Amino acid sequence: MAKVEMTVNGKTVSGEVEGRTLLSDFIRGGLQLTGTHVGCDTSQCGACVVHVNGQAVKSCTMFAAEAEGAEVTTIEGIGGNDGSLSTVQQAFQDYHGLQCGFCTPGMVMSATALLKDNPKPTEAEIREYLEGNICRCTGYHNIVKAIMAASGQDVGAIAAE
Amino acid sequence: MPKDHGIGASSKRREDVRFLTGTGNYTDDINVHGQLYVHFLRSDVAHGRINKVDTAAASEMPGVVRVFTGADFEGVGSIPCGWQVTDRFGEVMQEPPHPVLAQGKVRHVGDPIAAVVAESLSQARDAAEAIEFDIDELPAVVDMKEALKDGAPKVHDDLKNNLCYDWGFVEENREAVDKAIKEAAHVTTLELVNNRLVANPMEPRVAVGDYNRANDESTLYTTSQNPHVIRLLMGAFVLGIPEHKLRVIAPDVGGGFGTKIFHYAEEAFCTFAARQLARPVKWTSTRSEAFMSDAHGRDHVTKIELALDKDNNFTALRTDTYANMGAYLSTFAPSVPTWLHGTLMAGNYKTPLIYVNVKAVFTNTVPVDAYRGAGRPEATFQLERVVDKAARELGVDPIALRRQNFISEFPYATPVAVEYDTGDYTATMDKLEEIADIAGFAARRKESEAKGKLRGLGVNCYIEACGIAPSNLVGQLGARAGLYESATVRVNATGSISVMTGSHSHGQGHETAFPQVVAEMLGIPEDQIDIVHGDTARTPMGMGTYGSRSLAVGGSAMVRATEKIINKAKKIASHLMEASEADIELKDGQFTVAGTDKSVAWGDVTLAAYVPHNYPLEDIEPGLEETAFYDPSNFTYPSGAYACEVELDPDTGKVTVERFSAADDFGNIINPMIVSGQVHGGIAQGVGQALMENCVYDENGQLLSASYMDYAMPRADDVPFYSVDHSCVTPCTHNPLGVKGCGEAGAIGSPPAVINAVVDALQSGGHDVTHIDMPASPSRVWAAMNG
Repeated sequence: MAKVEMTVNGKTVSGEVEGRTLLSDFIRGGLQLTGTHVGCDTSQCGACVVHVNGQAVKSCTMFAAEAEGAEVTTIEGIGGNDGSLSTVQQAFQDYHGLQCGFCTPGMVMSATALLKDNPKPTEAEIREYLEGNICRCTGYHNIVKAIMAASGQDVGAIAAE
Repeated sequence: MPKDHGIGASSKRREDVRFLTGTGNYTDDINVHGQLYVHFLRSDVAHGRINKVDTAAASEMPGVVRVFTGADFEGVGSIPCGWQVTDRFGEVMQEPPHPVLAQGKVRHVGDPIAAVVAESLSQARDAAEAIEFDIDELPAVVDMKEALKDGAPKVHDDLKNNLCYDWGFVEENREAVDKAIKEAAHVTTLELVNNRLVANPMEPRVAVGDYNRANDESTLYTTSQNPHVIRLLMGAFVLGIPEHKLRVIAPDVGGGFGTKIFHYAEEAFCTFAARQLARPVKWTSTRSEAFMSDAHGRDHVTKIELALDKDNNFTALRTDTYANMGAYLSTFAPSVPTWLHGTLMAGNYKTPLIYVNVKAVFTNTVPVDAYRGAGRPEATFQLERVVDKAARELGVDPIALRRQNFISEFPYATPVAVEYDTGDYTATMDKLEEIADIAGFAARRKESEAKGKLRGLGVNCYIEACGIAPSNLVGQLGARAGLYESATVRVNATGSISVMTGSHSHGQGHETAFPQVVAEMLGIPEDQIDIVHGDTARTPMGMGTYGSRSLAVGGSAMVRATEKIINKAKKIASHLMEASEADIELKDGQFTVAGTDKSVAWGDVTLAAYVPHNYPLEDIEPGLEETAFYDPSNFTYPSGAYACEVELDPDTGKVTVERFSAADDFGNIINPMIVSGQVHGGIAQGVGQALMENCVYDENGQLLSASYMDYAMPRADDVPFYSVDHSCVTPCTHNPLGVKGCGEAGAIGSPPAVINAVVDALQSGGHDVTHIDMPASPSRVWAAMNG
């Protein structure tokens, strides 16, 4: 067991971890931040995406020890401190971009990272970026639409109901 | 103007806020104080005789509390099957036992051999590697037709053979159908495979068993679509725990698609082990475990023949299907290829004679059961493929051939024993032609061809039976349960309301849509109403959510309970206003006396019910809470027409879906936004089945597609924006809301549209291809083009 310390959602946290403990397990089990979900065991589904030092990362692909000293943001830290939703979160609600909600934290974290790098992505760019996030409920229609809307694009004309 | 509240409004989903902020409460988020973790050691061979399972070394490993094997479950019940099919000779199906942990033999890859319970999950996993077991591998049966041959290895030694049942429907039609096909002007024959799929809700299954020794109460937290069904099956048939000592909670559930209907061994194990050890026991499935332990879907092999007269009227239909049951009978498995499939073979057409034969077969594979659509996609795929093939053989327009044979008068009694109450198939096809811009297809094909691509258009119809189901009818058909639904409407003193429903929401948005109905009926704001679901201790006995039944059956129960509330509230209001009860009207949350200016508000009446100082106590009880159980009198019959346009790269065989349009008739609609979302998701699953997804076993029963590295899930860049429409409405005539259900339509209607389009594209390129099996992967398409 080794001690690991990092900043998660603006707070300094620490814990004892095994060398094999994944960052996703540390976030869920150690920190009890259960918004980060685990939907597979081959780093394919993207339900566990968090931001590490500003980059979108599948937290099941990192050991907790590798995040020593890092700035980590999870779904719990993406909205306002007053409980308000971020632009991306709000767009997901407005455009029905989620159903069962299980993939949603990863989707929101990926979409947020995308818009930081590419503030006005095309439909094709969004779909390509989301390759690593699987959703089984929405057929992606309203997820893509929500992300376009969050980037300020007029979706009424693009995505037929 | 679209409505902004009540029935017909696209109210934004209230459940979204917790899901978007990471504050949902999924089963794996639940940790009970002092809990232990279980890891299952699963068979890595498809078929084998267990000689020895030695747990001594594993039991001594750090943190291990106990190691269980099949021997620990002697005297414990078998995982039950909920449906008994009677075959065409009047015999009941062969029904093997299904132990919680394997006893004597393992019968599929993933069959649990032992379970290690330890203080931590990693300790349990480490210890499982120290279990010494000796299993003699036996020859496995994987292919259904091979499994039925004389001398084939038997999956269950105590059964006569691997045939679960040989079902004929309608058996009395058999000879007449044979004769009609023999005498037909034209017969189109098609042999096809409906590929095995894995449902893959994004949340893997989880079970947490807890036990309170002081009062002998067990609690199971589980990822279920129907907690009461789990309580019934596990309590009564497996563990012998009476209902009042067993609570089942299914909190936020991350998708179901059918595979979370069923009672699984892991649920029984965690409940059992928690009682044995007097400590909570938690199991969280990995995705790899899910592939080898969640019930799979589809897996039919079918030959279908459609007979037509000289004027292209359908005269008869005959279909022979082999349906894979897997190694054990999952909860509703026997009903899927029979009553949920055979009864839909008329489709949208007035074919007068139909005969369906289904042979259900045991194999050394994971059990197969309902997956989104459950039997109806299999019926729709074969019917809509054979109709399309017939049109191409006869040189007629596939849409025109369909229109010519549409059922046009309702109610319509099909030759396969169901009665469609309403529908307008011409209207949905008209709507489809409009939204899909069928007229513009030729120009789009030219554009594709200019780029060196082939382009195909596929169109089809579908009908489904939802709102499962009239209990007395399904009882005759072999169901071992009733299929009613329940609701309790609890009005609080200040007028707010909790609705306890037996339906379960795992993505469908009940917490938003159900209050829209009650708010409309009472004329009060939606935010005054909350929905309670997913907990047997907090809701009346209900059968849960599957078969697109929540609104049609659960919503109807809620309407009936709300009607009782209104009747009682009117009595109270008449007393308060000293008026005749017959003159009381309720509108916009106000009770008024007709023809006067007297009124009392909703909140005044509800307060009077709980503070009955001025109250007709001699006539009615205080309080305002009502329960209703609703048993439907018929199925509902959503229908529609779908169109898919694909582009096909002749150099690689890669097919891309360029356009997808769906025109559905779901009857009345409560929340159009949610309905569209349901259709979108269903289409993606159907496109996935048609082009990408395939659950593959090798000849030894090894599961080759056991992770997302090998099982191709549709991703965002595999699908286009869809065009969906549900403005064609023929309300259901036999439920109070006139609703039909929309959850499965997308997955039912889309696979044939995709394959019809692929065949159209190939034929447009001069390839003599009349069928391609799903998934139409690049390698299969390329092979079809290049012989």
